[in-house]
Amino acid sequence: MQTAITNPILRSFSNTLYRKNNWFLLLLLTPPLLWFGVVYLGSLFALLWQSFYTFDDFSMAVTNELTLGNYRLLFDSTNLDIIMRTLSMAVAVTLACACIGFPIAYYMTRYGSAREKGFFYIALMLPMWASYIVKTYAWTIILSQQGILYWLFNHLGLTGALNAALQLPVIGGNTLATSNLGRFIVFTYIWLPFMILPIQAALERVPTNLLQASSDLGAKPAQTFRKVLLPLVIPGVVAGSIFTFSLTLGDYIIPQLIGPSGLYIGTMVYTMQGSIGNMPLAAAFTVVPIVLIFIYLALAKRAGAFDAL
Amino acid sequence: MISNMIKHLVATGLALGLGSAYAESLTKIGAGEGKLDVVAWPGYLENGASDKKYDWVTGFEKETGCKVNVKTAATSDEMVSLMNKGGYDLVTASGDASLRLVAGKKVQPINTALVPSWATVDSRLQSAPWHTVGGKHYGVPYQWGPNVLMYNTTVFKTAPASWATVFEAQNLPDGKPNKGRIQAYDGPIYIADAALYLMTKNPALGIKDPYELNEKQYAAVLKLLRQQKTLTHRYWHDVTVQMTDFKKEGVVASSAWPYQVNALKTEKQAIASTIPTEGATGWADTTMLAADAKHPNCAYKWLEHSLAPATQVGVAEWFGSNPVVPTACKTKAPGGSDFCTDNGFTRYEQIKFWRTPQAKCSLKEGCVPYSRWTKDYISIMGGR
Repeated sequence: MQTAITNPILRSFSNTLYRKNNWFLLLLLTPPLLWFGVVYLGSLFALLWQSFYTFDDFSMAVTNELTLGNYRLLFDSTNLDIIMRTLSMAVAVTLACACIGFPIAYYMTRYGSAREKGFFYIALMLPMWASYIVKTYAWTIILSQQGILYWLFNHLGLTGALNAALQLPVIGGNTLATSNLGRFIVFTYIWLPFMILPIQAALERVPTNLLQASSDLGAKPAQTFRKVLLPLVIPGVVAGSIFTFSLTLGDYIIPQLIGPSGLYIGTMVYTMQGSIGNMPLAAAFTVVPIVLIFIYLALAKRAGAFDAL
Repeated sequence: MISNMIKHLVATGLALGLGSAYAESLTKIGAGEGKLDVVAWPGYLENGASDKKYDWVTGFEKETGCKVNVKTAATSDEMVSLMNKGGYDLVTASGDASLRLVAGKKVQPINTALVPSWATVDSRLQSAPWHTVGGKHYGVPYQWGPNVLMYNTTVFKTAPASWATVFEAQNLPDGKPNKGRIQAYDGPIYIADAALYLMTKNPALGIKDPYELNEKQYAAVLKLLRQQKTLTHRYWHDVTVQMTDFKKEGVVASSAWPYQVNALKTEKQAIASTIPTEGATGWADTTMLAADAKHPNCAYKWLEHSLAPATQVGVAEWFGSNPVVPTACKTKAPGGSDFCTDNGFTRYEQIKFWRTPQAKCSLKEGCVPYSRWTKDYISIMGGR
């Protein structure tokens, strides 16, 4: 049912807007743009602005004097350690997620029946319905020395191999739960769905006849993969890797609960902000992932990752 | 930025306009306002919801008509930030937060004349430096407890006598080395634990107070902690993870809170705790009154109630802490345990209570401040 506008003010208002599309558009877009600009970007810039404030080590107070000292501090050996530690983990996790995720996504799209697809979707999403904290705590038990992984290795007679792996300098540690290897496993587990779903979406969009054409023209499967499929799917892989990369860079729960004791960017921000109120250095640290992601996107763009978009 | 400015303006406005109203503390307790908002550690204000036996809030509400709302905080820093936000009447602050609250003018001095039970408070705590500033008491002591050495009783048939168990490379009573089987606490305040150990081990350093270290003493403490790093299984951060580590990861000794010890004992694990000969660090919590408390009368009524033996005993047994009213030790606890013995009440003299290390201290050369403790401890945990 249509009701005529009876209110004279509303009517004159709607008459004014008639055939003035720009005004109409502006009115429609202003609220969401305000939200985006003020709440979203505004708070981000307010935070970043704090990174130029001065933190006085003696009074442990923040003053409004502007300085670049916090950024200089980032290159301090301890802090550089933290950045490199986080960055290398993020890269490793991203590569592992891509290597594991691609075949799964490929199978889902190309070979899975409707039932199988449904199963895969549920299997992927199911862990995401459980709380992230609960999953991480569960992993502390799975990885512990009396946990199921050690039990499994023991029964397979592979305890020696596991201990040898834990002796390795970078990935090793006292036990699985306190090693970088353990932390890497948990990170890969937690972020894997964020890699598979975008790759799967990208694969769905690749027309099958392109692949058939490629093989009709004499390309070997490997060639078809490299020259046809991969270039078309790369935007999906990049999208997924942005998730896994940035989520690992910013995470502060897993590094607290699993793995060796060195801080990550996330835990460092938490400590600086929390225990001593050094908001400026915490803010400077938050700039690091932003810069790293920008560098990563620039590299991806250069490599032609977005050409197919 | 803008919010900061607004906060600043509001704060200045308050200081100018209302400063005089808050400068004088209450002189007489009037009728309750019907409501009380408290920031507290989990387990500090129990109303019987967790366990019917442990309830020291419901009675107070009935008696005074003040409905108690508790906002629990997990860390001292969370407490400080909640109090900075405002809207609460009381906070149960530990020594590493209380002076920050006083310095930030978030809490007001207490008129002890309005808290009759003040006289029953342990005389050693009445003027403790973490709540007494310039002769004024910024709160009423609530509970205290030690950071104990928790150990596995199948490995240690007798309690380890020294913190050396977790600081120096050595073979444990079962003949195997301690490397990879001990833990240290993942917080800069743990530097004080190492300093405390060095007080006895190396008297030549002249450490008088583990929270007041000059450069030379500080360097020696860091050296010890770097050595400890090579021995640690990991730095514990989370009580649940530490309990898993003792149960399933082969960790046999670590600094811990009575909370984990009690919890593991309840699970019938082979766990006990001790305060070694060097003594221990500990915490002492104070119920502090917010500078802008909206319900001061209810707050004062609670301060009095918080010192009642029944309250003190309930918290002590439930939380694993010690009462600040010594006579409460003789009161029977709801669970019937000998909580004062269990939680180390008689070891008061050996406890060095948590304080935020500050640059200005009793040493004439000055001390290393907490910000540097934080920075250096992060390096040490990262293996530098």
